Amino acid sequence: MSEWTFIALLFIISMTFPAVPIVAGRVIGPRKPNPLKNSVYECGVETVGDTWVQFKVQYYLFALVFLVFDIEVVFMFPWAVAYNQLPLYGVISGVVFVILLAEALIYAWRKGVLEWV
Amino acid sequence: MQITPVTVTFAIMSIFALGGGLGVVVNRNLVHAALFLVLSLFGIAGLFILLEAPFLAAVQILVYVGAISVLITITIMVTRRIMGIRESVNRQWPVAAVVAVLAFATLGFVIVSQFAGETPVSDVPPESVAQLGAQLVSSQAFLLPFELASVLLLAALIGAIVVARD
Amino acid sequence: MADIFTTIYHWLFNLITGLGASEGLATGIIQFLGAFAIANFALLILVFNIWFERKVIARMQDRIGPNRVGPWGIFQTVADLAKLLSKEIIIPDGADLIPFMFAPVLAVGSVILIWAVVPFAKSAIGTDVSIGALYFVAAGSLGIMAILLAGWSSNNKYALLGAFRAVAMLVSYEVPIILTLLIPVLLTGSMRMNSIVDAQRIWYFFGVPLAAIIFWIGSVAEVGRTPFDLLEAESEIVAGYHIEYSGFAFAMFYAAEWAHGFAICALMATLFFGGWRGPGVDQFPTLGAFYFITKTFLIYFFQTWTRATLPRVRIDQVMNFCWKFLVPLSLLLLILTVVVDKVVALSGAIPAYLSTQSFAAMLPRTIVLLTVNLVVGGAALLWIARAGRVERERRAVQMAAIESGAAQQAGK
Repeated sequence: MSEWTFIALLFIISMTFPAVPIVAGRVIGPRKPNPLKNSVYECGVETVGDTWVQFKVQYYLFALVFLVFDIEVVFMFPWAVAYNQLPLYGVISGVVFVILLAEALIYAWRKGVLEWV
Repeated sequence: MQITPVTVTFAIMSIFALGGGLGVVVNRNLVHAALFLVLSLFGIAGLFILLEAPFLAAVQILVYVGAISVLITITIMVTRRIMGIRESVNRQWPVAAVVAVLAFATLGFVIVSQFAGETPVSDVPPESVAQLGAQLVSSQAFLLPFELASVLLLAALIGAIVVARD
Repeated sequence: MADIFTTIYHWLFNLITGLGASEGLATGIIQFLGAFAIANFALLILVFNIWFERKVIARMQDRIGPNRVGPWGIFQTVADLAKLLSKEIIIPDGADLIPFMFAPVLAVGSVILIWAVVPFAKSAIGTDVSIGALYFVAAGSLGIMAILLAGWSSNNKYALLGAFRAVAMLVSYEVPIILTLLIPVLLTGSMRMNSIVDAQRIWYFFGVPLAAIIFWIGSVAEVGRTPFDLLEAESEIVAGYHIEYSGFAFAMFYAAEWAHGFAICALMATLFFGGWRGPGVDQFPTLGAFYFITKTFLIYFFQTWTRATLPRVRIDQVMNFCWKFLVPLSLLLLILTVVVDKVVALSGAIPAYLSTQSFAAMLPRTIVLLTVNLVVGGAALLWIARAGRVERERRAVQMAAIESGAAQQAGK
């Protein structure tokens, strides 16, 4: 348990450290907002249209495939930690798990999900 | 109940988990709601650490905060035009509130009556992750659910790809 | 003097309990001081690193680099940071203030959190949690949320596009990282960082070089360093997700990238190059810190070297390289390593196969793993050479068709 109090303390410190100079910058630095400075950057011309982007399904699909692989590897971590003591049967079970997910990758590849258009 | 550091930490993590959940539901701005979801998941990870299951806490942060929250936030950001868009309030919210309170009361009653007064049987073994790994592939324990989880992930990916490409 | 870290710890502990505090409180205070020291180290080493990198790149490009501010320009970074502190933090119209201000804080915070599990010496580690290897991946993934927040809250189309591109790339390269991270974990049988270093009487780099290379490529892409620094390609999409940041908020993103770059060198040294291991470490544990820092800086020099040499790659090339080459390769490497290693271990041909007691005892396993890695690496190189040749021929045919069409047009 005391292992994790260090992480809790470091979390608080690591969130405070960058916040201090940013706050100091706001306080010390010049603050002269004018409409031209505050306008949003669009290659030096006026903004055209609302701030939204065309829905490109690629962004969503890459995050989705990553999610599936993330969960797979998370399942494999306990298996990897117990690896040295496992019988061959246990190792083959893990390999079957990996192969099933390699199939998922092959499916996504063939369906053109992994193309960045 | 004595006030120990563990109790204080439990209270803080519970506030994060419950408060975050409340923030998700109450917020009009969807991106702020997603941020409150992340706070709630952090609270749950903290509760896992208090229960001496650090592996599950790391999995929670890695999968939930690192992957699922990112996925949800991407979806929010590409399907909403302006921040702070006003959602129309559902007309039937009193009925929904009553149903929710009844469900909570039933679940709470069941849990409290089943588990009240029980104490932990034994300490958490020191190398729980290795034992978990060995159990996951032992045919006496969780081998079949382990392989089925893989098949389930495959099915989920195929389904999501089919839906997303329409 | 042999074990300076334990000496300091005991001295502080006795000092605080001598002042009347309980043991728990003394441990808590020492942990706080340790956390403070680590956070300071992670950020202050930047001052040296940025100067180091600028000088090295300059020399590789046959110029001198910063040499005005201080002897050999060593105070250049301080001057830069002081300048950034004095600039106004402009908040664009319509920006969402809380995520806008929180994003740089989260970006830097996630990098500092990584340093909690890095072992500087046998007794000098922030905290040796039982899930060290998984912890630093989880801490790194917090930075992805920071980028998304920065892109959205700037109320700028280009920032949002840049943030989506960045998240797609970062998220894709986490897969090879966690797949190859499994290999040191399974060779050691534990996720504790100190155990992984302890078990490396022969460095894992000599046993599983391909896994180390894939881990390194994935980590460099995670940080956004050349050749993968298209996330904030100044000449292309004008700084991507941090277009609207100025002053010290921008400095925090800048600091987060460099600090992350140094952190992955430390992780690489720990996981694959034996961390604090070296001759004489058993008698003088303090030497471990010296070996660790040396290894980390040598890897950092290598990273700077690649930055000075290689061009930037395009986003579609980056994504193809990850999903169609690195991920299948890591999966194949994992399967073959695991099966071959277990078959050799169980066949009993080599006694004490799994032992890590001495250099000679680890040698058979290292050689077996090295063979598997070389076979898979060789196959991968042949495959990628063939794929490259096929692509070049396709392009040549395409170019010939275009040129003959143009010649026909000109001839008419």
